[in-house]
Amino acid sequence: MNLAEKYDLGVVKWFTIMSSIYLVVGTLLGVYIASELAFPYLNDLGTDLPYFQFGRLRPLHTNAVVFAFGGSALMAAAFYIVQRTNQVRLWSNKMAWFTFWSWNTVIVLAVVTLPLGLTQSKEYAELEWPIDILITLSWASYLYNFIMTIHIRDRNKVPHVYVANWFFMGMMVMVTYLHVVNNLSIPVDWFKSYSIFSGVQDAMIQWWWGHNAVGFFLTAGFLGIMYYFVPKQAERPIYSYRLSVIHFWALMFGYVWLGAHHLQYTALPDWAGSLGATISLAMIIPSWGGALNGILTLSGAWDRLREDYILRFLIMSLAFYAMSTFEGPVMAAKNVNALSHYTDWTVGHVHSGALGWNIMVAAGALYHMIERMYNVKLNQKLLATHFWIHTIGTVTYIVAMWVSGIMQGLMWRAYDEYGTLAYTFAESVSAMHPYYVMRASGGVLIFIGAIIMLVNIVSTIRKSSSVQSAHA
Amino acid sequence: MSNHNKKESLQSKLEKNIFAMYLFMALAVSLAGIVQIVPLFTNPEAVKDEVTLADGTTQSLLWQRAEGQSLDDWKPGDGVRPNTPLEVAGRDIYQREGCFLCHSQMIRPFRDENERYGHFSLAVESKYDHPFQWGSKRTGPDLARLGGKYSDEWHILHLRHPQALVPESVMPKYKFLDKAMVDGDEIASHMKGLSKVGVPYTEADIASAAKAVAGKTEMDAMVAYLQSLGNMIKFEDGVTYRE
Repeated sequence: MNLAEKYDLGVVKWFTIMSSIYLVVGTLLGVYIASELAFPYLNDLGTDLPYFQFGRLRPLHTNAVVFAFGGSALMAAAFYIVQRTNQVRLWSNKMAWFTFWSWNTVIVLAVVTLPLGLTQSKEYAELEWPIDILITLSWASYLYNFIMTIHIRDRNKVPHVYVANWFFMGMMVMVTYLHVVNNLSIPVDWFKSYSIFSGVQDAMIQWWWGHNAVGFFLTAGFLGIMYYFVPKQAERPIYSYRLSVIHFWALMFGYVWLGAHHLQYTALPDWAGSLGATISLAMIIPSWGGALNGILTLSGAWDRLREDYILRFLIMSLAFYAMSTFEGPVMAAKNVNALSHYTDWTVGHVHSGALGWNIMVAAGALYHMIERMYNVKLNQKLLATHFWIHTIGTVTYIVAMWVSGIMQGLMWRAYDEYGTLAYTFAESVSAMHPYYVMRASGGVLIFIGAIIMLVNIVSTIRKSSSVQSAHA
Repeated sequence: MSNHNKKESLQSKLEKNIFAMYLFMALAVSLAGIVQIVPLFTNPEAVKDEVTLADGTTQSLLWQRAEGQSLDDWKPGDGVRPNTPLEVAGRDIYQREGCFLCHSQMIRPFRDENERYGHFSLAVESKYDHPFQWGSKRTGPDLARLGGKYSDEWHILHLRHPQALVPESVMPKYKFLDKAMVDGDEIASHMKGLSKVGVPYTEADIASAAKAVAGKTEMDAMVAYLQSLGNMIKFEDGVTYRE
């Protein structure tokens, strides 16, 4: 019996396709706003219109890559994994389609409202209150369907729930908390509201959300992807079950504390920032444990990396995961943070995670699912091209931001021989120009890679349907 | 898991009962929020609103508004106050245009920042900021103490065409603010919303909104907001503003 008869894959297929489309859109927006910083003329193209300006498009870029691309990839993977690891169909295929349509409606509304300047002005939580309510409903349907699907499994066949499912569930639980609390506000009209929190409390709640959008949405959820697809693609069991248990609970308990490290030396009480920084440092251990757990799954099968590009995406993503989770705690250390905060190093850090870890692990998973669901091989040349162009683009991007971010931090605090500030702020802006150009060109490579991925997926699907109709 | 003990481990039990596992997760992830966030609401030191002066007397950092005084009776240095109607309009625009994405409003207690931008920021200074606008990135300079640094005319020229005054700038042009008018009823309803979340506006403040913004452009509002930043507290030597 083939997969399509045994499981509900229609919704998975569509989330997979939408995810690869949104990656093209999200990276295009990224390239555009990165170019605006290098060439400010692009903000208005000589017109008097506000819609393409950095301040309006930047939230659209982050929402497109995190929630449209990342969210769709997470939903595709979760609905696929939960069925396969529990050997059961979705509890409700209809509810999964509700999740699909509501989530995509949210994305369409984001595309309309953000360029119009309708925003709560909280990073990664920009969308206004009616859209927030729709997100809550969509997310609740995702969570409920997922848990119920696990619940209805045949306990004699599958007594223990597989680790990938824990990670997805952890993400769903935490994101529900974060989204609801951080968006509590009083509406004044349909598209304007004021947060019920203010000042220091609002800042702490925003970064509790902000860091855990990364920690849970982009880490726990994507680790769910990793824990299923790495062993599957390598055709070997996960390296260590015990390590998975430790990785999981340490992440659940520990990650949530880190938000405060975004507010060190601010008006937030010192104890909170220091607590955040200390636990950030400790998080290296579970993060690296998890990365090793994935990478060592390949023990005895390293040769497969030579020809299997999907596996290369997955393993390279773990290398970037290990690197970002080392960089993060370093940047959380108080004396480093004093330099790095407010600079482009932060932007570089988040992109080493987003480009190196998230896009790569998601690409591996999406490619894997396409091959299984359509029972057909992807074009290997395009896979290889995507892998290399994406890797080179990512390295170009993060190197530009590391170098320039540290330069920025050093220029701001530099004193000359007379004991006065050595540089004006404007001098630090003009020093950034070559690096902004370099960053944008790294972005162009990533954007081209995303197009290659979409072309490969669409042409493979079309090939598969023509093969199937020929057999019919 | 190969378990040599007679008793089944808790982990193994949780793996079999998904609802129990859900409960454990929900508890594990909520702990940090409770420890880090709740004290910010319960401990008054988190948003310290009074200081001890050199002569031993206590001074409030909040504006002590007398009965019947309007927002216009406030003078720079009188203490933290709610925004005027025109500043509310300006702040709405500041949010709408995503200014916080490139400009912070949070000066850290470092020598270079204090010399470049001014006295480090206090929690009480953003007490009425719903939501906070501290920002996380300085593509442009910090604005926490921008008020009074430049003239209104400078701000207008700069917002219209930043590169005309600062050639290195990568800031977008905000000429379009000249064309849009501020809507008085809208600002009154926004102030009502703000008072619901705790900003101490009086009935009279809200009633005065329409008149206060009559005939004003979004450019006027933006400049009024920028000129209000950071001059609410008069900092004095020898006073501990933050432990």
